[in-house]
Amino acid sequence: MLKSFFLRAPAVTGLSLLIIALLLSVSIAFPPFLDPVNLKSAFDDTALLMMMAVGEMFVLLTRSVDLSVAANAALTGMVVALFNAKHPGAGILPVLLISLVMGSALGAVNGLLVWKLRIPSIVVTLGTLSVFRGLVYIISGGAWVNSGQMSHAFLNLVRLPLLGINLLSWAGVLIAILAFLFLRYSLTGRNLYAAGNNPEAAAYAGIDVGRLQCVAFMLSGAIAGLSGYFWVARFGVAYTDVASGFELQVIAACVIGGVSISGGAGGVVGVILGALFLGIIKNALPVVGISPFFQLLISGLVITVAVALNSGTQRKTHGRHILESKKVTP
Amino acid sequence: MSKALSSSYTPGPPIAWKKILLKWETLLGLAVIADFGLNTYLSPYFLNPWTLSDASFNFTEQAIVALPMALLIIAGEIDISVGSTIALCSVAMGLAAKAGFATPWLVGLGIFTGFLAGCFNGFLVTRLRVPSIVATIGTLTLFRGIAYALVGNGVLKSYQPDFAYFGQGYVIGPVSFEVTLFALLALAFAVALHKSVIGRRIFAIGANPVASRLSGIPVERYKFWIFALLGATAGLASILLTSRLGSTRPSIATGWELSIITMVILGGVSINGGQGSILGVVLAALFIGLVTFGLSLLNFPGIVLGIVTGTLLIGVVAISSALGQSGRRRRS
Repeated sequence: MLKSFFLRAPAVTGLSLLIIALLLSVSIAFPPFLDPVNLKSAFDDTALLMMMAVGEMFVLLTRSVDLSVAANAALTGMVVALFNAKHPGAGILPVLLISLVMGSALGAVNGLLVWKLRIPSIVVTLGTLSVFRGLVYIISGGAWVNSGQMSHAFLNLVRLPLLGINLLSWAGVLIAILAFLFLRYSLTGRNLYAAGNNPEAAAYAGIDVGRLQCVAFMLSGAIAGLSGYFWVARFGVAYTDVASGFELQVIAACVIGGVSISGGAGGVVGVILGALFLGIIKNALPVVGISPFFQLLISGLVITVAVALNSGTQRKTHGRHILESKKVTP
Repeated sequence: MSKALSSSYTPGPPIAWKKILLKWETLLGLAVIADFGLNTYLSPYFLNPWTLSDASFNFTEQAIVALPMALLIIAGEIDISVGSTIALCSVAMGLAAKAGFATPWLVGLGIFTGFLAGCFNGFLVTRLRVPSIVATIGTLTLFRGIAYALVGNGVLKSYQPDFAYFGQGYVIGPVSFEVTLFALLALAFAVALHKSVIGRRIFAIGANPVASRLSGIPVERYKFWIFALLGATAGLASILLTSRLGSTRPSIATGWELSIITMVILGGVSINGGQGSILGVVLAALFIGLVTFGLSLLNFPGIVLGIVTGTLLIGVVAISSALGQSGRRRRS
């Protein structure tokens, strides 16, 4: 079964081999990379990228794109940080609840605009990206919320060590597993693929494509909101530019992991590998001793090359659009 | 009788399409006038030739890039690496200025660097068949990365005094060089898009790439050259911006791609390709420029303006899709 899986997904196999080669060469040449503290921190970074990429994947599967995930995380992160600063005694449960509810509500704004008003998702999320970022500034008055203002429970949840790695890493793993099961075994999960692969046929089969897109945006938003809290707690600060530009890395992780930008193709395993690949490179560069000013260059090079290589495997028709538009007649 | 004949001869949908387009631009024009009036009413400093001239600086550079961006989106592709291209060009010029090159060389180098960056995007999209949004996410990081690798956290500012003219000079009275250049370019783009074979073909490519190819239009070549043109124009904008600021940092023009694309979409260009007009883009640029300048006169911070532009973008596209759904949308 494993063999047939790898044969079916050559991109996944290639990527896993590449990641193993990368890990081996970095750890042999630069043993400090294997320092547990460094590995833990690398895994935490990657977990954030991984969960947001899983959320983005739901949206990409339905032939849409969500550019607002990082802004959503910044806004939700700021709201929970302010909440925690005001009510430090409220504990951690309300914080988790707020981040999930608020994240999915922001996702629902995107989703409803795409579903009900039929505005292309790239336009909607380009707009909400600016709006969410602006709102972070308004509710915070442009001020930072520092770790001094956050309660211990708020800060320490993500750092809770559990079987060698932090709770944040476990959260990433858990979300990935849930997403895998959801996509493979639930009806909605299967319908997401159908809706993205052939919206017209899906509509004839009784699938409401627009509603599914909305669901995908809400899932993506909920994960982004939760990551917003994790992000703020991990770095101990909330401000307007939290995770600025991170949406592009999230999409890059998806595309490198074999998720098709034109919908209907891709899986959780690929996305995890894509996120690991970017995460390892990002965390290995400082260990290797490359100047921080060269790191962006190398990430850019890696993303461009990976994306160019990957697109060869998912060549569709010649008549593509920026994003494939959904054509639902009935 | 001949009247009835001719009306039955004319195909229905294109006329409705034109009507909507016309309405759209009229709407934008009215919005520009309304905002102009509002600004005059709200701020006593607004209605003054020099204030207006100042107001033009904050959007002209972006508006110049929006013109070829409109062509690209009409042709069914997108480029989100333009902000990084501007930074790359600026760094190239800064380094050349440091090495002692004269201003004409800098201008040539700026445009040429942008041209190369655009060609690279075009190559990825047309040759390697990477979807443009994905390809330019990669080059957005790559170009910005090169800029940082070359300059680090330093500043390049050894520009000759005559370099300042492009971003700070005036042609006559309060009419700046930037605005003059934008007006000329807008005219040229409007003629190319609406009155030439090239323009008709760009519309055809965006509306139906397969049919265009079958009817003999070299679709990929067109797309490649639009990418190259967009890159070169980003280089031009980089000259204006660098000259206006008088210095180069690698973080220059961060996030510009979003404002530029917003201008294009707000101007009525369909993100699905195949429709739009230069007049709409120019009006949208004016509108965004006036709104942001008006708000900044009233002391709103820059990031709050994002809420306004974001809401405008969504609201406007919602209106246009509501208008469009009544007739034309059926066909697609």
